Amino acid sequence: MNSLLNLIVNGLATGMLVFLLAAGLTLIFGLMSVLNFAHGGLFAWGAYGGVWLYGLTGSFAAALAGAVVIGMLLGWVMERVVIRPVYGNHVQQILVTLGAMLVLSELLKVVFTPNPLKAETPAWLSGSWDAGGVILIKYRLFIILVGALVYIGLTLLLRRTRIGLIVRAGVANPDMVQALGINIRLVFTLVFMFGAGLAAFGGALLAPYSGVVFSEMGMQFAILAFIVVVIGGMGSIQGSALASLLVGLSGALMAYYVPDLSLAANMLLMVLVLLVRPSGLFGAKGGGA
Amino acid sequence: MTLLKLESVETHISQYHILQGVTMDIQAGEVTVLLGRNGAGKTTTLRTIMGLNAASGGRILFKGEPVEKLPAYQIARRGIGYVPEDQGIFADLTVDETLRIAMKRGDPAARERLSWMLELFPDLAAFRERKSGLLSGGQKQMLAIARAYVGNSELLLIDEPSKGLAPIMVRKLVEALRLMRERTTVLLVEQNFMMAQAIGDAFYLMDEGRIVSGGSMAALNEDHELRRKYLGIA
Repeated sequence: MNSLLNLIVNGLATGMLVFLLAAGLTLIFGLMSVLNFAHGGLFAWGAYGGVWLYGLTGSFAAALAGAVVIGMLLGWVMERVVIRPVYGNHVQQILVTLGAMLVLSELLKVVFTPNPLKAETPAWLSGSWDAGGVILIKYRLFIILVGALVYIGLTLLLRRTRIGLIVRAGVANPDMVQALGINIRLVFTLVFMFGAGLAAFGGALLAPYSGVVFSEMGMQFAILAFIVVVIGGMGSIQGSALASLLVGLSGALMAYYVPDLSLAANMLLMVLVLLVRPSGLFGAKGGGA
Repeated sequence: MTLLKLESVETHISQYHILQGVTMDIQAGEVTVLLGRNGAGKTTTLRTIMGLNAASGGRILFKGEPVEKLPAYQIARRGIGYVPEDQGIFADLTVDETLRIAMKRGDPAARERLSWMLELFPDLAAFRERKSGLLSGGQKQMLAIARAYVGNSELLLIDEPSKGLAPIMVRKLVEALRLMRERTTVLLVEQNFMMAQAIGDAFYLMDEGRIVSGGSMAALNEDHELRRKYLGIA
């Protein structure tokens, strides 16, 4: 029972980290129809930025906030320089964003170090609680809590605010949003920056969880995030949240109970969902929240 | 008074030359109907005016100011509203949310326009909390018109509003557009000649990307040869 609960907590924590990456990805794809394979690079930059800032300031909150700023700035540059010239062309998007992913990874080695960096867990989040014989690791619970808060915040943002309505409308029909007098290009840029900030936030949260950060980590998580976006349905935050938890849980449980299938588990899950619902759990376009 | 003027407007979409020198004058306070067979360039004309297709030549003047180089959102802010052929409904948003997006911030008249739209289309008032994707075809059309009107009241570009609607719904739309004529100017693309006759003040007839005729709707009613040649009706 103890190990099952721990597996569930592990799975949920991994799922929440993937959600932070997938949420931005799904909004960027849903609204802008951009396949951003460099999203994982922003995640890795957030992880490195968080570790560096934590070492510099000793404040975990400052490290997380700083990582978000780094991610948003990189996102802004990327949207203007890399993405803008290839709007509407998926083949070119794949090529340039894969290239950007490699550049972002290599730049991490240049700016920081080619070696992996050790990531410390803040003292107040280290250790575990013993809940009636079940050992609950504090940092993993913290990730689950933060992930849940981000999900609630995102849902409220999309449901209750004007900018949220505009983003949801833009996912359904960007041309029509423009025809209502709304600068959709500016909305694109803001959403891209927001998605990049979320990815970097996820990376900064992951660092103490894995204990080490390395430049190729982005690609590893980006693949999971793409699987999540496909399972959840393009453009749907709700779908991404559910799919992230499914992917996290299936990965954790399969690794323990059927290790031989653990690598294939997510792919099998995706194939299964696509066979039953080709547009993902929460449909294709139009499911902005 | 001329509200919108098109001077020799050209539009290319990829390698196709769709609009080939379209020239039109739209008078304020009138319903001008743009007629023509499928593929004549009517929808492209509306999309080009709206900035959703770039004009590759010619000039588009709205209230005397050139707008052909502006992005769509700036054209909309100047007072042009658009109702596309497929209605462009935001399926996941409720009726209320859709109308809220359309209302411009700091526009004191927007509330009054919204109230009038809800009065004109009582179905929208009754289904304000319903997701737009769940509305009937006619209700979606009402929502698309209301959305364009609450944000932009000076000129409405409406593309085939009667398409796919039941006759009773078409009659309701005709009635609504007649009332809207009192408050705004309309450029209407319509295949349903009965509807065009019922509400049009003026017409332009398009064929193969060019305007081939124009004038008052009364004149078109008399010109059986023109109707037969370009619209296939006697």
